[in-house]
Amino acid sequence: MSDTFADSRTMIGRSLRLTSRNAEALTMSLMLPIMLMLVFVYLFGGAINTGTSYVTYVTPGIILLCAGFGASMTAVSVSKDMTGGIIDRFRSRDISGAAILAGHVAASVARNLASTVLVFGVAFLIGFRPAAGLVDWLAALGILLAFILAISWLSAAAGLLAKTPEGANGFTFVVMFVPYASSAFVPVDTMPSWIRGFAENQPITPVIESIRGLLLDTPVGSTPWVALAWCGGILVVSIVASAALFKRRTS
Amino acid sequence: MDEEQTGEENLRMMGRLSHLSGPQARDRARELLKRFDLADAGRRRVSTYSGGMRRRLDLAAGLVDRPSVIFLDEPTTGLDPRSRQAMWQVITELVGDGVTVFLTTQYLEEADKLADRIAVIDGGTVVAEGTSAELKKRVADHRLDLVLADTRAFDVVAGILGNRVILRDQARLTLGVATDASAAHVRALLDEVDPGHRAVRTLSLHSATLDDVFLALTGHAVSAEKETAHV
Repeated sequence: MSDTFADSRTMIGRSLRLTSRNAEALTMSLMLPIMLMLVFVYLFGGAINTGTSYVTYVTPGIILLCAGFGASMTAVSVSKDMTGGIIDRFRSRDISGAAILAGHVAASVARNLASTVLVFGVAFLIGFRPAAGLVDWLAALGILLAFILAISWLSAAAGLLAKTPEGANGFTFVVMFVPYASSAFVPVDTMPSWIRGFAENQPITPVIESIRGLLLDTPVGSTPWVALAWCGGILVVSIVASAALFKRRTS
Repeated sequence: MDEEQTGEENLRMMGRLSHLSGPQARDRARELLKRFDLADAGRRRVSTYSGGMRRRLDLAAGLVDRPSVIFLDEPTTGLDPRSRQAMWQVITELVGDGVTVFLTTQYLEEADKLADRIAVIDGGTVVAEGTSAELKKRVADHRLDLVLADTRAFDVVAGILGNRVILRDQARLTLGVATDASAAHVRALLDEVDPGHRAVRTLSLHSATLDDVFLALTGHAVSAEKETAHV
């Protein structure tokens, strides 16, 4: 057990180093939030009526989209490890799958918290003015952290499932588009009824609604608990699936 | 190895995963880089390495925790001559340090140079085993190359020798056959294949190589060969 812990630390260091050197992915994860923010606020925002200033409405959505997308990159890095020769080296040293995946997930969390800070920075610059107190901020960040963690583990499972890194890349595509069918960019009640059913009941909507409500200091009711339940559920299923898939992949 | 980590970072990571302390892992990484002639490249990313450098780093990574047995699967395949020499040097040093090396290779010259004991594998089964000298002795110490007068003579002599031919080079009209290099044997051979004294134009004697051994043992061209070097 203490081996797994020490190995995890080594693997986290590795994943962080690899992340910091992947210029392509790094640029992408820094540019994406800024571009999306500007596109939504200045190009689409004028035509969308949400009852508040649009930058205030959309910031949680952009944060979630970027964090989700960033976390889903875990699938590609896990898949690269599994298809390259490095996995054999790790296996020959009896490194547990838990340590290898923990490295990727921890790097993903660090990466996406950084991109979240960036989105908040840009949002503040262009007029985002949340009304949250310290407790609300902490609660919102807690939910965001749970979401990033859940999507990172889900991505790790997807990376173990994919036969090639290119295949794993397809998963990031799915994660990137699911937020559009939620309350991230437009209120759900403007959608046609057939998609509204999906948008209202998919996990992204409660996560967004909680973060938005907490930051804007509007009543959130039980939504944060629904969001946490979703994240917890995804987390448990993903970790169990990852363990099984890793075993199958390396046996 | 991780392309986007430096050589030193890769080795230190392997050291940490072998449960060396941080400073121990650093020292071991530097020691290995120096030994494998990678000290200057240690701070560069692996993605900038040549094939030979990668191969050496790969081997270095396998040595971080000082194994007593190491398996090398065709370690020099595809390397340029200088990198191959460097790899041979490293393997020789390993053996000198008391490491048991199991090495597979398609290059018989490599087996001859490095191995204490050699096992020849053909079609999945061991067809011969022993030291290089023993194996060569099993076939014959030497090879007699006969250069024939023309293609007709080539065919006739090839027919007489049958499966005793261990080298067949139609373009140069040359046939090789095992011999102990004694005058009596060479004379008898010549009398047998060329009673008319016209078919053979010139001849030359060579010390047998492992290629000859392989051909003699398997009756066909080199397809796979395995060598083990014990200390």
